[in-house]
Amino acid sequence: MSETHAPTYNYEVVRRFAVMTVIWGIVGMAVGVLIAAQLRWPELSFDLPWLTYSRLRPLHTNAVIFAFGGCALMCTSLYVVQRTCQARLISDRLASFVFWGWQLVIVLAIITLPMGYTSSKEYAELEWPIDILIALVWVGYAILFIGTIMKRKTPHIYVANWFFAAFILTVAVLHIVNSAAVPVSMTKSYSAYAGSVDAMVQWWYGHNAVGFFLTAGFLGMMYYYIPKQAGRPVYSYRLSIVHFWALIGIYMWAGPHHLHYTALPDWAQSLGMVFSVILLAPSWGGMINGMMTLSGAWHKLRTDPILKFLIVSLSFYGMSTFEGPMMAIKTVNALSHYTEWTIGHVHSGALGWVAFISIGSMYYMIPRMFGRTEMYSIKLINWHFWIATIGVVLYIASMWIAGVMEGLMWRAFNEDGTLTHTFVESVTAKKPFLTIRFIGGALFLSGMIIMAYNMFKTMGAPRQQPSSDATPVAA
Amino acid sequence: MSEFWSWWIIAITLICIFGNFWLLHFTKKTEADECEDGTTGHAYDGIQEYNNPLPKWWLNLFYITLAFGIGYLILFPGLGKFEGTLGWTKENQWEAEVQQAESVYLPLFKQYENTPVTELVNDELAMDMGRRIFLNVCFACHGSDAAGSPGYPNLTDNDWLYGSTPDIIEESITNGRSGQMPPFGQQFNEEQITFLTSYVVSLSGRNAPENEIAKGKALYDTNCVACHGADGKGSHAFGAPNLTDTTWLFGGSRKVIARTIRSGRNGQMPAHKDILGKAKIRLVTAYVYSLSQEKAE
Repeated sequence: MSETHAPTYNYEVVRRFAVMTVIWGIVGMAVGVLIAAQLRWPELSFDLPWLTYSRLRPLHTNAVIFAFGGCALMCTSLYVVQRTCQARLISDRLASFVFWGWQLVIVLAIITLPMGYTSSKEYAELEWPIDILIALVWVGYAILFIGTIMKRKTPHIYVANWFFAAFILTVAVLHIVNSAAVPVSMTKSYSAYAGSVDAMVQWWYGHNAVGFFLTAGFLGMMYYYIPKQAGRPVYSYRLSIVHFWALIGIYMWAGPHHLHYTALPDWAQSLGMVFSVILLAPSWGGMINGMMTLSGAWHKLRTDPILKFLIVSLSFYGMSTFEGPMMAIKTVNALSHYTEWTIGHVHSGALGWVAFISIGSMYYMIPRMFGRTEMYSIKLINWHFWIATIGVVLYIASMWIAGVMEGLMWRAFNEDGTLTHTFVESVTAKKPFLTIRFIGGALFLSGMIIMAYNMFKTMGAPRQQPSSDATPVAA
Repeated sequence: MSEFWSWWIIAITLICIFGNFWLLHFTKKTEADECEDGTTGHAYDGIQEYNNPLPKWWLNLFYITLAFGIGYLILFPGLGKFEGTLGWTKENQWEAEVQQAESVYLPLFKQYENTPVTELVNDELAMDMGRRIFLNVCFACHGSDAAGSPGYPNLTDNDWLYGSTPDIIEESITNGRSGQMPPFGQQFNEEQITFLTSYVVSLSGRNAPENEIAKGKALYDTNCVACHGADGKGSHAFGAPNLTDTTWLFGGSRKVIARTIRSGRNGQMPAHKDILGKAKIRLVTAYVYSLSQEKAE
């Protein structure tokens, strides 16, 4: 980008993060497809320790959440904060540090997890030296983002930035508290907590990783790219205030619903369930605000595949955030817990919501970042949309059926009170659904490969608008 | 939980719930400074904001979930030390369910408590019940097909560590078994372990160097006969395996046999008298007994 216009924005870091979002998306999802295949055809671990499910599963979750999702969030937040505050990032060197630091974390994860180094905390498996690196990079990111807000040239802070800021600050606290550990060597540490306290800290972190990383952060994305792509004002400012404060206030409590009917005391389980149910309305507030932003512009959905990605992501968001509170109710949880239903629920959020909104936002931004007016092929975006949608639907529908089926099989009794099914019978019964899930995942991955092709073609095309977009537009 | 923490939990819970009521009430009423076009008048990178009222159905949904939360926390434990008006705990729910199940199912099993195993094997219903108990409880170690796995005996063959009569099987299930093979790694050097291994291998009719067999036999005769017997056929009294057949509990390769001699083995069959009770043990005994009887016929 030309630096001749002053002041200009730092798009270098945004560009890098955008490209890595697509690349890490492919890597993370490819590992996901492999382990989905392993669950159906266990021989696919080839008896190699580093190819076993137990080591690749954390690699999959870390790669899709923190590499794909993380890069998408850093990319969009650093773009949005500059555009809506009309201010360049406070430091290019710090921006560079955040980018390279984060990539180093990801590469270290890709190396250490298959080697078997793990703290064994779900979604926080990386060992303590990498945890420290994450903390440093994250603090750098927080300073970069909040520092830029502080030198904004607009009188108010745009709603997208509230969500991004809440996500950045909360994830810092979650990561540091949950990762507290006693190191015994460079590659091994033990959690600072024990027993059910450890479990509670783990799920306080785990569920807020969903609430702040995968929800609040991506709502920030939603609040910029949907009104931008639709060309419509945001539906309701006051709705955004209510659902923002309610969401961040209530999410904090929801963790114990992962520990229903365990050694966790009853009072904590009850509070986890109650606040999970209350969370329904604040979650839907974001969906309503995004969906209704489109009122008056619904016809655009017919022709604009980017808007399709963005709006369908909100449908999946609404569906998952209805399903979640329902699954947090103890009696429902007694059926759904430990079954594939949970996996289906997570992926309706992760693929349907997080990946779709990220993909839509990237398609909006990539041409702008590389001096083009639009992506190399709109037709391929459409293909991507339909392939990905069919993939998600196959994935979650098969997991619903498999989950409810195995949940019912586990609790079926004979007339003498003994269990009707052995465990292995419930595993065998899932085979066809595990195959469908694998196909759904593979479709989703193919969509990402189409996206990468489209992205590299866009990057290679001749420039159409060299620098105009880099100059702030007066409000 | 101390008084302080109890009140702390109550306080932050209620602040959060009523804070949301206040937030809804406050935002619902506030008149934001709207412009004539219905927006707030600000624009961020060209994005404007309307200030539409909160959708009624959404507001009601929010109120209903908040009211549900308050109701639930009155009825169930949640607010610190307050136990809820229903007196529910997960332990007493579990106990009630177990009690209910036992009142229904226990009589079904009780009727077989004193029936001899040899009679039960001809009772189709009893055998079904015995098989189901086996598939619920015993499968984890012995496998759904009862064929066992290394360290866990195969129950379908005719090789028994402690004996094959119904009484002995019932005793194994009721009080469990502890099969101890002591480690000889301290007492013997590696060469001696090799000799012993060769002798043990030869007992089941396999080839081994003659000179090693002779040296191994000398060691065997002074150290192993007490449990495994002079002929190597083992002893049901000690649960010592027969070394002359082709059944190997932990594996019969030279490597595994040498390891068994060097490090010993510690086989544990847990006692099931408190897990299953007398009647269910009788039924599962009959099922296990029947598995090898069919083969013997």
